[in-house]
Amino acid sequence: MGTTIKIPEPSAPFPGLGVENAQGLLQWISAVDHKIIGVMYLLTSVVFLVLGGVLALLMRVQLAIPMNHFLHPEVFNQFFTMHGTTMIFFVAMPAIFGFAVYFIPLMIGANEMAFPRLNAFGFWLTFFGGLLLYFSFVAGGAPDAGWFNYAPLNERNYSYNHGIDYFAIGLLVSGIGSVATSINIIVTVLHYRVPGMALNKLPLFVWMIFVNSFLLLAAFPALNAALAELLLDRELNAHFFNTAGGGSALLWQHLFWIFGHPEVYIVILPAFAIYSEVFQVFSRKPIFGYAFVAASSVAIALLSFGVWAHHMFAVGLGDTVNSFFGASSMLIAIPTGVKIFNWIATMWGGKIHFSVAMLFAISFLIEFTIGGLTGVAFAMFPIDWQLTDTYYVVAHMHYVFIGGVISGMLAGLFYWFPKITGKYLDEKAGKWFFWLFVIGFNGTFLIQHVLGMIGMPRRVYTYPNLPWYGVLNFTSTFFAFVMGISILLLVFIMRRAMRHGTPAGPDPWNAYTLEWATRTSPPPLKNFEDLPAVTSRRAWWDMKQQAVNPHPQTKNDDPI
Amino acid sequence: MFLQAVEDPQSFQAEHINRLFNQFNIAAACILLLVVFLVIYVTTKYRRRHGDDSEGAPIEGNRRVEILMIGFPTVLLAWFFYKTLAVSSAVMPPVNPSRQPDIIITGHQFWWEVSYPRNAGTPNPANSPNYVITANEVHLPVGRPLLMELRSADVIHDWWVPQLGNKMDLVPGNKNYLWLNIRRPGDYIGACSEFCGQQHAWMRIHVVAQEPADFARWLDSNARNANPPADALARAGETLFQTRTCAGCHRIRGTPADGAAGPDLTHVGNRSTILTGLLTTNEENLASWIDHPQEIKQGSYMPTFMFSKDSIKAIAHYLEQLK
Repeated sequence: MGTTIKIPEPSAPFPGLGVENAQGLLQWISAVDHKIIGVMYLLTSVVFLVLGGVLALLMRVQLAIPMNHFLHPEVFNQFFTMHGTTMIFFVAMPAIFGFAVYFIPLMIGANEMAFPRLNAFGFWLTFFGGLLLYFSFVAGGAPDAGWFNYAPLNERNYSYNHGIDYFAIGLLVSGIGSVATSINIIVTVLHYRVPGMALNKLPLFVWMIFVNSFLLLAAFPALNAALAELLLDRELNAHFFNTAGGGSALLWQHLFWIFGHPEVYIVILPAFAIYSEVFQVFSRKPIFGYAFVAASSVAIALLSFGVWAHHMFAVGLGDTVNSFFGASSMLIAIPTGVKIFNWIATMWGGKIHFSVAMLFAISFLIEFTIGGLTGVAFAMFPIDWQLTDTYYVVAHMHYVFIGGVISGMLAGLFYWFPKITGKYLDEKAGKWFFWLFVIGFNGTFLIQHVLGMIGMPRRVYTYPNLPWYGVLNFTSTFFAFVMGISILLLVFIMRRAMRHGTPAGPDPWNAYTLEWATRTSPPPLKNFEDLPAVTSRRAWWDMKQQAVNPHPQTKNDDPI
Repeated sequence: MFLQAVEDPQSFQAEHINRLFNQFNIAAACILLLVVFLVIYVTTKYRRRHGDDSEGAPIEGNRRVEILMIGFPTVLLAWFFYKTLAVSSAVMPPVNPSRQPDIIITGHQFWWEVSYPRNAGTPNPANSPNYVITANEVHLPVGRPLLMELRSADVIHDWWVPQLGNKMDLVPGNKNYLWLNIRRPGDYIGACSEFCGQQHAWMRIHVVAQEPADFARWLDSNARNANPPADALARAGETLFQTRTCAGCHRIRGTPADGAAGPDLTHVGNRSTILTGLLTTNEENLASWIDHPQEIKQGSYMPTFMFSKDSIKAIAHYLEQLK
């Protein structure tokens, strides 16, 4: 009666889940520590990955044979809408923010984010945005107009359940959280770097997330404006996009893709950021062309705002517009594609350790090249006129998103899991996971290029029994389940590592950057007691060489 | 047979695009092979030997290599951009505003309205005896450039017949154009390629390309009004069609039925399929469609009526003989 529960400060890196005496669970909920928030972001991402993955598998079952009746068409449409929305906004984004808010303070030698409460606020907005979106399933039906949600199909006269309202509100809420976190990252990087760490000595991970945060800051307002307009249309009978009331169907596409194409780079740049660290540490070499890798990220960020209409080559914008956006889309392929050669050159002359993180980075080089090349095909707009909105696009963008983004997040997971938890993810089981995942992924999507070329449009709940359609779709479904099993294996590997994994020690990979300079793994709640001034891009490596080691027990000393 | 569709171009437009696509594929395959080769070479040659804990060579960059890495793709892309513009202007030359379209396609959820404005300029061409309006099965003449006008009655749809070339969206409130020059007579299949709602999957396209003489004959025969019912059952069907709500949405030229919300049924018996390829046109399929449309094509705008079995049989019989 009348007693107030004292909000507990976290007392351990993993407070547990107890509910008594305001411990455990409440520590998670009230946490403002960047590491605990980072872990919550990553867990959110894993949960939504499983949800989005299950939706994908159900769709693949429906598509396994021609003229299938496993899913009602309306349900299928809800599933592919939710799959896309989930994977972009509630898997990729939380994974990016999780790694970013966990490791940016550590990598720049700071003890916290600039605004710890804003950090927590950003996370909870993302989390509840996702819950709001999924609540639509029990509130009369999930959104069913695709993650791209084209007008006027997204209007009330064509989509009369409340799914699209939940879509708009859920994305608005999480979008505000994303903007808040981006501001937080920018201020942290600008203001809280350890002495000596000039911007040209930032670890590439920090550099690229930093650039990415500006990108996000500029892109999300377009989406938020479009969503607000859509809500006005749906709830108050405005007519921004409703053609029947004099609105413009194409306005939605412009607003959505001004956000949507930068969004593609928003999710791929952090993956590039992770690869840039992984290639260095496991090749035992500094990055090849630091300045180029950093500057090309800036080039990508700027160019990404001038390419949106390449999603609209088939809407009839005319020669001039098509030529401009074709040229800009080809141009952005240069800084993106050349990075591939930077990473190969980073391995050149190195001593390559084939850890699981490194395997994902190496497989990325080939898979992302495939996704990048098919992407250039779309910039050549006559080819786009043939292949857009077919399974060729489905294949292309999964090569970019899975081969690029998800592989990057998995590389980051295997690389940083020992720091986050203090335990190794089992490397041997991890290699099983790697091969299952890579075989499943390529088996699912490589043949979808062919499906597109033989005329199968995307977003169809079924298809007639045309030559090769059945066998190719069945193969795709089979390998999708291989990928599904690999994700189960990953969850199992993570659980086993948490319970009785091999202790990793503070610096298991003999790495280069400051997050490994913390006294323990997981890092203590106060990251650093003191750090010497930084003199190069590989601050922790220098300290180890000069033996100005803040925790001398690191070398040749098992902490347990 | 394997790579049909895009790799089996049957129109001037599709041939041009296919040539560009194949050129690009060769370049792309070379680049992919280069990357694969480099990755295999580097990971084999520079793998860490057991027990070797030394660092790699501290190479931080190489100006010449970096210039080559940027220069080569830039030149390659510039060349492909030039090819892109060339193909684009061949496939989609500008439209002279005075040129009347040869065919107008209007997208509906979830079917295609097809009209041939032979008397373009008449105030209400649908009532003109010469005006041909049909649905889903698109007859086109080969051997001459056709101008297609694309419109939408509701949401965005997309016209795509892969063997005939480029796709184009049907955007409500806009008119889009497409040039088409078909090489050979034959049946070409396609599908709506912009997600347009629940039955997007069953908005397929069937193009029947004909020699000009055959096409002219088809057009003349379809310009006729509907056949009068041939027997008593068909007569009963016609009465039901006209007096119940069917006529509110469907048109049968030569009768009072003048609805425009659903497909024109004047010569429905001549079309090989109904529901954009979902069912073959015959009395049985027509009857089951009228009986339980929402089980056959969920989410279509055809409502479920409370007809007796006899009425359904009569209507289906009437429609089937509209040849």
